[in-house]
Amino acid sequence: MLAFVLRRFLGAIPTLFVIITASFFMMRLAPGGPFNLDRPLDPTVMENLNRIFHLDEPLWSQYLRYLGNLLTGDFGPSFVYRDFSVGDLFANGLPVSLQLGAGAILLALVVGVAMGVYAALRQNSLADYLVVATASIGTTVPTFVVAPLLSLVFGVWLGWLPAGGWGDGAILNKILPIVTLALPQIAVIARLTRGATIEALRSDHVRTARAYGLPARSVVITHTLRASILPVVSYLGPAAAALVTGSIVVETIFGIPGIGRFFVQSALNRDYTLVMGTVVVIAIFVVVFNMIVDLLYAWLDPRVRLD
Amino acid sequence: MTEPVLSVSGLHVRFDTPDGDVHAVKGVSFAVARGETVAIVGESGSGKSQTMMALMGLLASNGRAEGSARYRDRELVGLPLKALNTIRGSKITMIFQEPMTSLDPLYRVGRQIAEPLIHHRGLSRAAAKARVIELLHLVGIPEPERRMRSYPHELSGGQRQRVMIAMALANEPDVLIADEPTTALDVTIQAQILDLLAELKARLGMAIVFITHDLSIVRRFADRVVVMKSGEVVEEGAVATLFAAPAHPYTRMLLAAEPTGRKAPPPDTAPVLLEGRNVEVAFKLGGGFLSGPPVVLKAVDGVTVRLVRGQTIGIVGESGSGKSTLGRALLRLNHGTGQIRFEHYDISHADRRAMRQHRRELQLVFQDPFGSLSPRLTVGQIVTEGLLVHEPQLSGAERDRRAVAAMEEVGLDPATRNRYPHEFSGGQRQRIAIARAIILKPKVVVLDEPTSALDRSVQKQIVDLLRDLQARYGLSYLFISHDLAVVRAIADHILVMKSGKVVEAGPTEAIFDAPQHPYTRTLMAAALGHHPEPARAPRLA
Repeated sequence: MLAFVLRRFLGAIPTLFVIITASFFMMRLAPGGPFNLDRPLDPTVMENLNRIFHLDEPLWSQYLRYLGNLLTGDFGPSFVYRDFSVGDLFANGLPVSLQLGAGAILLALVVGVAMGVYAALRQNSLADYLVVATASIGTTVPTFVVAPLLSLVFGVWLGWLPAGGWGDGAILNKILPIVTLALPQIAVIARLTRGATIEALRSDHVRTARAYGLPARSVVITHTLRASILPVVSYLGPAAAALVTGSIVVETIFGIPGIGRFFVQSALNRDYTLVMGTVVVIAIFVVVFNMIVDLLYAWLDPRVRLD
Repeated sequence: MTEPVLSVSGLHVRFDTPDGDVHAVKGVSFAVARGETVAIVGESGSGKSQTMMALMGLLASNGRAEGSARYRDRELVGLPLKALNTIRGSKITMIFQEPMTSLDPLYRVGRQIAEPLIHHRGLSRAAAKARVIELLHLVGIPEPERRMRSYPHELSGGQRQRVMIAMALANEPDVLIADEPTTALDVTIQAQILDLLAELKARLGMAIVFITHDLSIVRRFADRVVVMKSGEVVEEGAVATLFAAPAHPYTRMLLAAEPTGRKAPPPDTAPVLLEGRNVEVAFKLGGGFLSGPPVVLKAVDGVTVRLVRGQTIGIVGESGSGKSTLGRALLRLNHGTGQIRFEHYDISHADRRAMRQHRRELQLVFQDPFGSLSPRLTVGQIVTEGLLVHEPQLSGAERDRRAVAAMEEVGLDPATRNRYPHEFSGGQRQRIAIARAIILKPKVVVLDEPTSALDRSVQKQIVDLLRDLQARYGLSYLFISHDLAVVRAIADHILVMKSGKVVEAGPTEAIFDAPQHPYTRTLMAAALGHHPEPARAPRLA
């Protein structure tokens, strides 16, 4: 297993390199720069700024400088958030986003799997149809509709939960954003689980378990559940990527100081280092998460070998 | 007869389907005495499996059972699940046809055998483990302590079936139901499993209900036979009487269903059509980034074949022997190496384009009559598809006329050519596949297990059809099969393959009458039931 992890990390290096290179040059292809403001700056100030941030150098040397700094773990200073380095911004924002993401994926797993199994065990009943219908709605209604709606109903009308803000990480402040992020994932996971459970229930080895008089509980939990969460586990990779993009909307609407909002703002501001930093962090996150998914899958299914 | 442990009377099974009720079992009655072996014999669709599924409470959710099935004095039909669960897995156990899928792939086999022990007897994990080792020993699995830690995919088909048997015996049942337990296994393994069952029965004394389509297995194994057809029992009796004097025409048909007749070899002057010298096919396993060099597996290892006009070469061997791979290599359908000649062409290095001109003369028929026909084309389209490639000048009407002729040739009603494959039975589909091959007027047809998925009586018809077509058109066949009875009836020359090599070759008569190689002898003994010493399973310590 150690060899597998090592190999995956080595294999990730070229991937990350390609992502970094492509993003770096694409970013520079876009017209404008970080200091092109509505009110043009004094040319000498502009010149100074460009020199301080090395923007006066040829592109390739900027690129090599960036790569070199990255190897030492230095993401560089932010062009727009003066006085903050990109590292500082992540140090503050990343834990917030991770809490939201982890909360959402856990919630989605627990609720989605439970709904899926429940529906599968009562296939073609009213409960089953309800789950399927809910899942369809969950996948079709976009986050930017759900978020303000929840905020309005539970935050403004009912007043049960804060309508927005982070509140220094108070639990109540996290509920609505986590639920909003989790809803589409719950829908997908419920559908995946339902399908896999129905298939597992029809399989020969479940027939064997029933033929040997094992109680329904053990037939479902031991011999069905494990098989039916396998497709869910494979889905966790794409789900993680979906959470990242979902967090952009959710963090913006609920006004949460995570890293999701950097994604859009920094691109619009031409905050080169922050864009690059966001890209690198998210890429690493997706690569690591996919590796965890592979390890988890191999642990659940002995037929899969990692070498 | 002593008191029955299992008695079925007036049992009906019906399935609700979108096309209305399907009445699969129609009032079946029979009884099984203590320690008796009863074989239930019938072809696919006879309701033999559903009868057993009904009394085990394992019918599909759209199935309903009515009537009576009693275990001692307990009525099983309509018994609540909780009460049924105290009987199944404990008093009545079952092994299934599919050793590949009947065990849960996600758990170690030891744990799966232990499960019913822990559940029904309340054994501790440690006690169950000791019993599992004992059971694996009993069913002849070497190194039980190690093997119990294997996952099902790490075991061979025969070993998996032994694991199933161990599981079935765990709670010392009164009745063991075996639903086609050897059908999916190679003949030599099949014989071992049957011996094991017979020996265990003699030692442990449980009754066995043996469901099978293969009468020849029954003869040396069962005490009594129940013959089923279309959901009804048509005949029942002691094995000796039933085999000596079958009363019902259907039983007589089943008994006579083994393919008969022999094929005469072609004249010595017949020209060589297809010849492969030193054919090798190797597969690379594994290998790649950071994981060392790949392992090379030689599926076919230096085989030489010569097929003359009008000849049928039977290629026999068990699964994994390389017989199908050889067939494909000779048709240049894989990356095999070696010298291959077709008529006067050297096709050893012919690529796909170069092969196209020969393809119509070199045709192939596959084993699976369900998977090898496109479900979205009509039978007429399937049969004439090759004409589109090889005779593109034909008009639609002309193709249709050819389709009619080809279907008549293989004994299908041409009026059905606008239907889709799923509307045909397995035997009819195999006829469609044959029609698709012969419509091109080929010279060589490679038949890859064409009868293996079919009932015995249907096999016989297909064999007759193939012989008939051969006589009429001077076809040459490469007939790949693990089924010696079929090969004997159709081939005039035989290659016996094992692990990619030909271990023995010769005229059919010689191979069957005086097999030289020990492997051939084992194969013959297992398949044709001249049973020498039963393989001895290790004793309980």
